[in-house]
Amino acid sequence: MFSLGDLYQQVIIDHTKSPRNFGKLDPCNHDAEGYNPLCGDQLHVYVQVNDSNIIENIKFEGQGCSISTASASLMTESLKGKSLADFEILFDAFHDMATADLSDAPDEEVLGKLAVLAGVKEFPSRIKCATLCWHTLKSAIDDAAEPARTE
Amino acid sequence: MMNIEKIRGDFPVLHQELYGKPLVYLDNAATTQKPQCVIDTVRHYYEKDNSNIHRGVHALSERATAAYEASRETIRAFFNAKSSKEVIFTRGTTESINLIASSWGGANIGKGDEILITHMEHHSNIVPWQMLCERTGAVLKVIPMNDAGELDMDAFASLLSERTKLLGVVHMSNALGSINPIETMIQQAHVVGAKVLVDGAQAAAHIAVDVQALDVDFYVTSAHKMYGPTGVGVLIAKQALLEAMPPYQGGGDMILMVTFEKTQYNDLPHKFEAGTPNIAGVIGFGEAIKYIQSIGLHAIAEREKTLLDYASKQAQAFEGLKQIGTAKEKACVLSFVLDGVHPHDLGTILDREAVAIRAGHHCAMPVMQFYKVPATARASFSIYNTEAEVDALFAALAKARDMFA
Repeated sequence: MFSLGDLYQQVIIDHTKSPRNFGKLDPCNHDAEGYNPLCGDQLHVYVQVNDSNIIENIKFEGQGCSISTASASLMTESLKGKSLADFEILFDAFHDMATADLSDAPDEEVLGKLAVLAGVKEFPSRIKCATLCWHTLKSAIDDAAEPARTE
Repeated sequence: MMNIEKIRGDFPVLHQELYGKPLVYLDNAATTQKPQCVIDTVRHYYEKDNSNIHRGVHALSERATAAYEASRETIRAFFNAKSSKEVIFTRGTTESINLIASSWGGANIGKGDEILITHMEHHSNIVPWQMLCERTGAVLKVIPMNDAGELDMDAFASLLSERTKLLGVVHMSNALGSINPIETMIQQAHVVGAKVLVDGAQAAAHIAVDVQALDVDFYVTSAHKMYGPTGVGVLIAKQALLEAMPPYQGGGDMILMVTFEKTQYNDLPHKFEAGTPNIAGVIGFGEAIKYIQSIGLHAIAEREKTLLDYASKQAQAFEGLKQIGTAKEKACVLSFVLDGVHPHDLGTILDREAVAIRAGHHCAMPVMQFYKVPATARASFSIYNTEAEVDALFAALAKARDMFA
């Protein structure tokens, strides 16, 4: 059985207490709002993508639980300087990790530090907390008209 | 003195372990557990009496009909309604309110009319009225509350006018535990000619309700918060109002005579019970009411107050904890936020200590907006909870606080 410590690893507590890249990004050329209607988590992701499809800068703000805050913080850290193609790969890998079978180990080679969030799959009601920022960023990049939702 | 151990023995679900620790169930405001007698009654119905009601002439249908209608009488007596014609079974509080908004509201609310609700309503007593206002051009007004989670009665008085056609007020707030002074409010609303709907979803298992003494026009509640099954509830309303209201849904059981030219509707209460109802649920609901009666609402209220006082004292002494909802008149609900730990993390951490609480907006987002919090953690108590369980709650909270320290 997974223990609480698998979910609330020190890295996650650290990112909760001092989230990286927190705040508004101005100027930015993509941004989107994300909601988790179940728990009321709210997130705004701002991203500046250059002509070569590289994420030059990315920030987020909002309020949420430690899992959603740490996940957004880790996401921004891992994506700064990456290409949109890299984002797609990481998006799929993260999604797979959060919804994989309990016995599957996360692909640490692709995910890097993001693998600390693998513990959420043992906590079904918290998976959406971890994936909200990724869906929100996808909405931002796709310039979706509607806010992202995890439902 | 109530025998808590004996009461706990009536609830089979309580006797289990989670993660190797005994279950501490403190999410009673979401739904209460079910006593063995309710489980047995539902099971008996499916094992011995299962059939459709109000139509068969065979023995099973007659038994099922008798049990269903006996439940109606039990519920009538419990709320002291004048007649069983005033007792309409629904899917729950939400459907009861939607029925009123659609049927009574559709017939009686027009452009410029005002519907008055309170800041602490559950979404189910907000959204149906917003929908009605959108359809009709009526205006939704909101009675404010103070920081303790008590209604501003002066503001209420000044919001009332001849334009007010309906007052919708929650008897006991699910998010705060506040008990509202509905008796006074009903009287004041009646002075301006408004009808009054009281949402009793949270209150009915804790506070004795006499609909005649209150002179309330509509009282609604759900079985599952009163030790009964999910998916069943009741609308109790004055007969004259129900007679004048058009049917809510059309179908079987709500008709006397159907031709392609015209349909003659059935008498009350059947006019509002189209289709095969939740028969087992209604029969189980009746049994749950009998269970409450066997303990007595007075004894229940007294016991629950002792427990809430015990919990509130610990809450006050707990560093970093802020209670949300400190009304003088309140029951059974301890809603709070803890510095540095989001309610959802609390929910998860407490779950691993086998303590079940609710974390979220409690379907009362305007209450969260009022207190400027995204969510709260809520422990809610029932007759089977113990002081030891309250201690377990605070021990688990201390663990959560340490984790994020």
